[in-house]
Amino acid sequence: MLSDKAKKEIEEIHGRYHSRRSATMAAMQIVQAEGGHLTEADMREIAEIVGVNPVQVQEVGAFYSMYNVERPVGKYHVQVCRNISCSLLGAEHIIETLEKKLNIKTGETTTDKLFTLTTAECLGSCGTAPMMQINDDYYEDLTDAKVGEIIGKLK
Amino acid sequence: MEKMLLNNVDKPNSEKISTYISGGGYKSLEAALKKEPEKLIETVKASGLRGRGGAGFPTGLKWSFIPKDPTLAKYLVCNADEGEPGTFKDRVIIEKDPHLLIEGMIISSYAIGGATSYIYIRGEFVQGTKILEEAIKEAYEKGYLGKNILGSKFSHDMHVHRGFGAYICGEETALLESLEGLRGQPRKKPPFPALAGLYAKPTVINNVETLSCIPAIVSKGADWFKGIGPEKSPGTKLFCVSGHVEKPGTVELPMGTPLREIIYDHCGGIKGGKKIKAIVPGGVSAPILMPSYLDIAMDFDTLAAKKTMLGSGAIVVMDETTCMVKVAYIVNRFFSHESCGKCTPCREGTAWLTQVLKRIEYGKGKKSDIKLLDEVCDNIFGNTFCPLGDGAVMALRGFLHNFRDEFEYHIERKECMV
Ligand SMILES: Cc1cc2nc3c(=O)[nH]c(=O)nc-3n(C[C@H](O)[C@H](O)[C@H](O)COP(=O)(O)O)c2cc1C
Repeated sequence: MLSDKAKKEIEEIHGRYHSRRSATMAAMQIVQAEGGHLTEADMREIAEIVGVNPVQVQEVGAFYSMYNVERPVGKYHVQVCRNISCSLLGAEHIIETLEKKLNIKTGETTTDKLFTLTTAECLGSCGTAPMMQINDDYYEDLTDAKVGEIIGKLK
Repeated sequence: MEKMLLNNVDKPNSEKISTYISGGGYKSLEAALKKEPEKLIETVKASGLRGRGGAGFPTGLKWSFIPKDPTLAKYLVCNADEGEPGTFKDRVIIEKDPHLLIEGMIISSYAIGGATSYIYIRGEFVQGTKILEEAIKEAYEKGYLGKNILGSKFSHDMHVHRGFGAYICGEETALLESLEGLRGQPRKKPPFPALAGLYAKPTVINNVETLSCIPAIVSKGADWFKGIGPEKSPGTKLFCVSGHVEKPGTVELPMGTPLREIIYDHCGGIKGGKKIKAIVPGGVSAPILMPSYLDIAMDFDTLAAKKTMLGSGAIVVMDETTCMVKVAYIVNRFFSHESCGKCTPCREGTAWLTQVLKRIEYGKGKKSDIKLLDEVCDNIFGNTFCPLGDGAVMALRGFLHNFRDEFEYHIERKECMV
């Protein structure tokens, strides 16, 4: 069940668009922000609110890489950029460091459900490579020491 | 050189409307609202401004395609998807000087007669989204947005729409699909968005940097703008430089600035004093340049004449220790990951290229693999629905053409040449 807060936020978004369907992405973002991921049931409710078939919301959920559909992530979702500029400056090494520090492989979640580690293909922060994103925030110009400090603070 | 894009970014609280106004901000909007919209389009045409999103299409001309019928709803959409690897220039304006963009968007909307505009921002830019939303709120409070702006007859609403992880949504028609709540897959053109865009209504789509040039063009005039840089690609340009340089970052310089000057004078040269090996001149879709081209003028036409492109102005520098097979693999993996799946040559072709490049990189390449890569490239190029697949091929052909020996070495010896 969507929370009342989420429903209210979604209602507020409708005014921005000529068509209710345009609120699909934002509605899904609002719901994911609350629970960390989206379920089939969430998407069915969203479909009803924005006036489309459930399958149309599922399509959107499957297309955009940031929607975590039926894929719970840890409290902190660590995404390490591994595209060109970050790779040139040692992204692979940063990923290894994180795997060791968190004792998981890329794609996994720690048993205490605190951290999920994944990779990303360019986060638009190439001038401060290597970098990673944890939930909403960018962490830039990474070194081993910096990674240790950041993870230490969150643990 | 007088800047027009990065004037405010180093000021404290540069994102606040008070900072922007005290630096002369929103004066161009005031001036613009006293002019006929048609005159503004003429001014932008005369300035020679070309789109900064990658294709370099003349901005004034694009605006002039919008039908003049006042009963038709029209839209302006700002492309803030910034997804081309190596690109991080729009983010500087979004986070540090959002009002420059917003003022540019209000003026542009007035010129085309648009009552509503959207900023389509990539989902990862959470801070940028918050900053833009706050800035839009400030602009409403000061009367620069909303009903009867500054006492004129012009009313305008502006909203932020977040993408959620899809490079293809930077392609303008995929972006429109996404704005309509669908998967971001490109539309058939024609009809072009200027006639049937968002909700099938006339729509202009412009990049963040393009729209941010508008306030200066209005306040200082078309001739002033045209006087900077080469005649056919005038103005200043944001170059975002990353990779093996001492001082990576975004710099504003006249169009046509030599690549050498950008890398060595403005970005501190090659990291650790190493030798330069290759340069991506305009985002990873742009074929790489060899160091012998360091004196090339960085503008649309000069780079196109050398069979590469200025693209988004993203310069990625690689030093002598870089394995080109690995970079080619990483770049191709990106395109394969981001292929939207709509057309077969791109969906299957980029995946196939990545598979072959991966096995070469990991020491499992076969003798026939280079020829295979060439053939798959030939089957993709020119056969895809949108330019994403072509971009993947242009990039890979650049690596294969300039560093074929490294690919052969990798296949034979199962290790890097460097
Ligand atoms: C695959 C692909 C990705 C693109 N990504 C972007 C982007 O992230 N930002 C952008 O402004 N333009 C991007 N473009 C170009 C847009 O389609 C469009 O040309 C541009 O936004 C027009 O604005 P301009 O005339 O101001 O450059 C992309 C094009 C393609 C084919």
